Amino acid sequence: MPDVLHGVGVGVGIVVAPLVKMGRPPELPSARPVVDNAAEAALASGALAAVSADLAARSLEASDPTASAVLDALSMIAADPTLSEQVEELIAARTDAPHALFNAFEGYRQMLTEAGGYLAERAGDLADIRDRVIAVVLGMPMPGIPTPGHPFVLAADDLSPADTSGIDTSVVLALVTERGGPTSHTAILARALGLPCIVACAGVMHIADGTIVGIDAGAGTVETDPSVDRRRALRAEADSIVAELGSLTGPGRTADGHPVGLLHNIGSVADLECVDHEHFEGVGLFRTEFLFLDREDAPTFEEQRAAYAAVLEAAHGKKVVVRTLDAGADKPLPFLEMHAEPNPALGVRGLRIGRARPEIIQLQLAALAAAVADVPGSDVWVMAPMVATVAEARWFSEQAHAAGLDTVGVMIEIPAAALRAGEMLDVVDFLSIGTNDLSQYTFAADRMEGTLTELLDPWQPALLSLIAMCAEAGIEHGKPVGICGESAADPALSTLFAGMGITSLSMSARSLPQVRRALSKRTLDECRQLVERALAAEDAALARDAVVNG
Amino acid sequence: MIQRTVTVGSTSGLHARPAAIFVKAAAALPVKVRLIVEGKKPVNAASMLAVLSLGATLGSEVVLEADEDEAGLGRAAVDQLAALLERDLDAGSTSA
Repeated sequence: MPDVLHGVGVGVGIVVAPLVKMGRPPELPSARPVVDNAAEAALASGALAAVSADLAARSLEASDPTASAVLDALSMIAADPTLSEQVEELIAARTDAPHALFNAFEGYRQMLTEAGGYLAERAGDLADIRDRVIAVVLGMPMPGIPTPGHPFVLAADDLSPADTSGIDTSVVLALVTERGGPTSHTAILARALGLPCIVACAGVMHIADGTIVGIDAGAGTVETDPSVDRRRALRAEADSIVAELGSLTGPGRTADGHPVGLLHNIGSVADLECVDHEHFEGVGLFRTEFLFLDREDAPTFEEQRAAYAAVLEAAHGKKVVVRTLDAGADKPLPFLEMHAEPNPALGVRGLRIGRARPEIIQLQLAALAAAVADVPGSDVWVMAPMVATVAEARWFSEQAHAAGLDTVGVMIEIPAAALRAGEMLDVVDFLSIGTNDLSQYTFAADRMEGTLTELLDPWQPALLSLIAMCAEAGIEHGKPVGICGESAADPALSTLFAGMGITSLSMSARSLPQVRRALSKRTLDECRQLVERALAAEDAALARDAVVNG
Repeated sequence: MIQRTVTVGSTSGLHARPAAIFVKAAAALPVKVRLIVEGKKPVNAASMLAVLSLGATLGSEVVLEADEDEAGLGRAAVDQLAALLERDLDAGSTSA
């Protein structure tokens, strides 16, 4: 009888493949006395050369030119003469090889971090090279994504963006992590890549490398060493899910035909290039930041007008919900001349910038209105991020109407706004809930703080209560209330949201088929019963359990 | 001592791809070339980390420096690297 491990599944899909664990970063042992300087220096320089050669070889193998160039640059850093000189000096001063390497890398890492911008991004690369070199010196397995030479299920303690930058989905078939939660980087990445994934799966790092596992993301289970018959059954089920996902068509609806709009989150017109117009219901979140990033001056009226018109053209008359500029001290724009804030998440961001610098938001709204005029038959909805009060919503609505835009809404990301959802709908036409920020502000838990993922679980009953309040307000006012956060892409949550009366869910294109499938399996009445059970649950795990297994 | 002042011609400055091309060329030379940005310590042009840390951007004036030698290797090295620095290494083919 094979063992079954349980975790929290992300998405759907079944995979049967060997499991390979990601190497952990080595822990630095306590310092030891250096007896032979020359031998110690040779140990360090040998490790640097080995890592440099490994990275250079991987650069040659990489099919993607960008990935190849990054690996080549990393290889050159490992072979850096200044770095090795410093290591030698430290060893000459009787520091052992692991500590000499660590200290030399750390000096550069701090310098790059302080320099900011592009250089700060390279600081993470340095930590990665450092861990590799130290692993070689200590005779430990290389950290990073393994390259066993065959497709596999990647298991890790947890995955960071640096770990996963080079994931090749033709080789990595599924992700399983010991820690993490449904909103952790691993889960977000898995959704973006369309990979089956299980997070918070205790015990997975104790499975031996190469063990065949059966991953069922829908059930949240990892079966170790399934029998030949069981493997065959799992593969047949995997095929039927793929076939079913492919065969479901048309707009989102429950089993009894209650419509739930399934919309796309996009960052630019490029995200609409591969859209299947047979299923396309519109864009639920068009992030306009891309126009503003990485530049000294604000984009001009004409520049913005052309970019918005391109998206409206590509949407073929379907609804496009445009979010006005969402910047803050954590994603600063030079022309906003923002000063550093001790707590950017709670600072001057989103609509707050718009109110402080009205000319920026006015220009954006005017350009959007011009784009609407350029593309006859387009259906544009505009909304503001980071709205806290009804007065702010009214101000934004007035600005948008003055620019000539008719359908105006606000995002619900701040609990204060959710608590006044009804009053918000007195002054605007629709609400769109950004669950990621709503979660962080409701639980006073930083999204970037890895140890707080439990509080940020989208199944937290308090978060679900706030969403349900907004949905009820929408029903009372007869106005749409959608969700555009990460949790909109969770198939199980989608049925819950349908039961609350949420009118649309917006997500990345990859997640749409599985959400469409999940909705099609439940009637609206069943969805409503799920809401009662989830809201009655004491905590996130029980709420999830009540919906998934209840 | 051979010295030559050059203006960085790469759009992204001496970062990313241009830095990689430059450092690779410097590392392949038979002599050591130093790169100097005013107000900072001279660095080894073959050191990726040191070159990155200079933070040279498009239009920055930098000095290339090598020791004199009878065969003229230092002069040739400085000239070769100067030609690279002046070009826009962000543009053009990816064959480098």
